[in-house]
Amino acid sequence: MNTRPSGPVSALWQRLRSGDDIAYVITLTSALTILALTALLVFELYKNSAVPRHQFGWSFLVTSTWDPVAGQFGALPFIYGTVVTSTLALFMAIPLGLGAAIFLAELAPSRISNALTFLIELLAAVPSVIFGLLGIFVLVPALIALEPAIRSVLGWTPLFSGPFYGVSMFSAGVVLTVMIIPFIISISREVILAVPAEQRDGALALGATKWETTWDVVIPFARQGIMGSIFLALARSLGETMAVTVVIGNDPAIHASLFAPGYSIAAVIANEFAEATGDLYLGSLIELGLVLFGLTIVINGLARVLVLSTTKKGAS
Amino acid sequence: MLSVRRRAVNAVMLSLTGVCTLLAVGTLLFILGYLFVHGGTSLTMNFFTKLPTPVGELGGGMANALLGSAKLLLLATCIGVPIGFLGGVYLAEFGGSSFSFVVRYTTDLLNGVPSIVIGIFAYTLIVLPQGHFSTLSGGLALGVMMIPIAIRSSEDFLRAVPVSLREGAMALGASKAKTIFTVVIPAAKAGLITGIMLNVARVAGETAPLIFTAFGNRYWSTGWEQPTASLPVMIYTYAISPYADWKQQAWSAGFVLLMLVLTINIFARMILSKRGHAAR
Repeated sequence: MNTRPSGPVSALWQRLRSGDDIAYVITLTSALTILALTALLVFELYKNSAVPRHQFGWSFLVTSTWDPVAGQFGALPFIYGTVVTSTLALFMAIPLGLGAAIFLAELAPSRISNALTFLIELLAAVPSVIFGLLGIFVLVPALIALEPAIRSVLGWTPLFSGPFYGVSMFSAGVVLTVMIIPFIISISREVILAVPAEQRDGALALGATKWETTWDVVIPFARQGIMGSIFLALARSLGETMAVTVVIGNDPAIHASLFAPGYSIAAVIANEFAEATGDLYLGSLIELGLVLFGLTIVINGLARVLVLSTTKKGAS
Repeated sequence: MLSVRRRAVNAVMLSLTGVCTLLAVGTLLFILGYLFVHGGTSLTMNFFTKLPTPVGELGGGMANALLGSAKLLLLATCIGVPIGFLGGVYLAEFGGSSFSFVVRYTTDLLNGVPSIVIGIFAYTLIVLPQGHFSTLSGGLALGVMMIPIAIRSSEDFLRAVPVSLREGAMALGASKAKTIFTVVIPAAKAGLITGIMLNVARVAGETAPLIFTAFGNRYWSTGWEQPTASLPVMIYTYAISPYADWKQQAWSAGFVLLMLVLTINIFARMILSKRGHAAR
C-alpha cells in the first residue's frame, strides 16, 4: 500500500523534510524564550513586591527608616548610598580612564597599545569577590593610613569630616573606581580610534600641538561615545554587590560625609535576603531589586544610544 | 613659533595620560602579585581534597566548594548555552526583521541587569515555591546570566563566516538548514567554543546571585535539590569571618579562582586573535 501523502499534506511533508521550517521554529523559539524570560523577570519582581507596594506606595522611595523589627521599610538610605558611591567612582574613574584611553589610542604604538589593552581587559575579568577580598584586607588599612593626608588636603569640606573607621562610602567609591575603569578605557579607546584621521591631520596642519589636537578635536568628535562608556560604567557600578558590601560599612543612614559608613541597594539585598522573614520584609528587599533594575535599565539604555550614535558618525 | 606654555601643557598632559595607563595596568599586576603572595604560596593539597573543618580545627579544604562550583557551572551552561546559541543562530541566519531588533534590544537589557537582581529572580522562581535553597536555583541564576552573552557571541561568530561559504553550499543544492548546520556552524566552531569558555569564566566568579539561591554547605551536596557550597561564596564567607585560618583560606581560594578565570580568558583571547589574523 502506498502511504505517501498527497496534495497539501505532501507539500507540507516536503517542506519539513528540507528542515528549514524546523530550524526556523526551533531558533525562533529560543529567541522568544529570551523575551519571555525578561518579561517573567519583571513580572516576578513586580508580583513579589506587592505587599510593600500596597502598604507604603511611593513613600517607600523617599522614607529613610529601615526597621525590620517594627515593620518599617524605606529605600532612601540605600538609594542615597548607591548614587553617592557610584558618582564618587565616576568622579575618579573618568579622568583616569579617559587619560589611559587617550594614551592607548593616540600615543602608544599599536603593538604596545594592544598588549596593554589586553591587560586592562583582564582587569575587567577579575571577579568582584576578589575586589572585595582586597578591599577588606588591603584598601581599608591603606585608607586608614592615608586618612591624615586626605584630611589635611580635603578636611575643610563637609565631605571629609567626622570620624573615619576605614569602612565608608569613600572606600566603596575607591573599589568601584578600580572596577569600572577597564570599561571606560576599552570602550573610549575604541571610539577614539574610530575618529577619522583627517580630523587630526587638519588640526595638526594648523599648528596645534598633539595634546591640543587630541583635546580640542578628537575628544569632542568622540564625545558621545565616551559619554556612552561612562554610562555603561555607571550602570555596572550601580549594580555592583560583593566588593561594595564588604567595605561600605552597612549603616542604613544618610550621612553627608563620605568618610561615614553607608549602605547600597545591592549590599542590603546581599546581606539581608537569605534571612528575611515575612512577606513585608522579603517584599521590601524585592522591591529594592525592582528599583535597582529600573535604575540600571534607564542608564544602560542611554549608554547604548550614545555609543551607537558615535560609531555611526565615525563610519559615515 | 610654539609658545613655551603650549609646549609645556602638551608635554605634561601627554605624560599624565601615560601615568593613567600605568596606574590601570599596575592595579592588575598588583592584584596578581598580592594574591600570589598571600594565597598562592600557602596553597596545599588539602585545599583541593578536604572538606571544610569546624572552627578552630586547622587543615580544612574546599573540595566541596570546588565540586559545587563545577556543578553550578555545568547546570548554567546547559541552561544558558543552548538558548543563547540557538537564539544567536536565529539572529544571524533568519533575522533581519524588526523582531530581531526587539530580541537584540532585550538581550542587551538582560545583559545589563545586575547579577543580584538575577539572583532574586531565581529565588522567586525556585526557592520560594520549594521552600529551600538548592543547587538548581543557583544554576538557573548563573544560566540566565549566560544567555545574553551566549546569544551575542554566537551571532557575531556566525556572521563572521563568509557569505561565499553559504552560497557554495546552497549552490550544491543544500537546504538552508543543512547549510547552517553542516557548513556555517562548523566553520564558526572555534569562535563559538571560545565564546562559551569566556562566558563560563565570567559567571564562575559570580557571588551575589548565589548567596540566597545555592546558599552554602559545609558538607558534600548530593543531587540538585540540596544547597551547595561554591568557591566565590566560600571566599566571601571566609573573608568576613573573624578567624585567621579562614581568612588565610579565603586568600588561597581567591588565588585559585583568579587563576582559573584569567587562564581561561588568556587562552580564549589567544585563540581569537590567532583566528583574527588568519581571516585577514
